[in-house]
Amino acid sequence: MKHKIGFNKLNRVPAHRKALLRNMATVLFKHERIVTTKAKAKEVRREAEKMITRAKEDSVHNRRVVGRKITDEAVLAKLFTDIGPRFKERNGGYTRILKLGERQHDAADMVVLELVDRKDDGKKAKREERKAEKKAKKAEKAE
Amino acid sequence: MAVPKFKTSKARTRRRRSINMKLTAPTLVTCGNCGNPVLLHRVCPKCGFYRGRQIITPDTNA
Ligand SMILES: [Zn+2]
Repeated sequence: MKHKIGFNKLNRVPAHRKALLRNMATVLFKHERIVTTKAKAKEVRREAEKMITRAKEDSVHNRRVVGRKITDEAVLAKLFTDIGPRFKERNGGYTRILKLGERQHDAADMVVLELVDRKDDGKKAKREERKAEKKAKKAEKAE
Repeated sequence: MAVPKFKTSKARTRRRRSINMKLTAPTLVTCGNCGNPVLLHRVCPKCGFYRGRQIITPDTNA
């Protein structure tokens, strides 16, 4: 009996859904943090956590099993050499969902989906710097 | 066949429906970082903080 074992179809046909989940999992491993809707995040998390569990043990078999879903070789390598070992001591729960509130356009519940041990890679600080520079330039022009 | 004896009055209809029309105000708490009222378990839209961590950089244009 398959009672109470469900998943969200996300209003997509199987092939479309499969592609969506693959792409989003790939992007999650690449950037370690994505902003998406709550429904999608919950489904992506499901797939991504299974892959990370596989990635904890680097073997040819595991690489091939995950490789069926993640076609980007660079991301696959990162998953097995960086993300997997990082989570060696953790038994599940590798990702975190933080609620952001509703999207203005369609009132969809938006969230941040990120790897639990994500470190600030300094990109944000750089972005802020650039923003400040732009503002300063604008102010100069205004004068 | 059983048939209603009286027409349902406007008042009776509205009284019945009014129960489901009640509006409730959302429960708000104050942000620990900037004091802005925020929904529970949500990242503060004004300063982007949640549980003492900077989660997002709020949109300064808005
Ligand atoms: Zn705040």
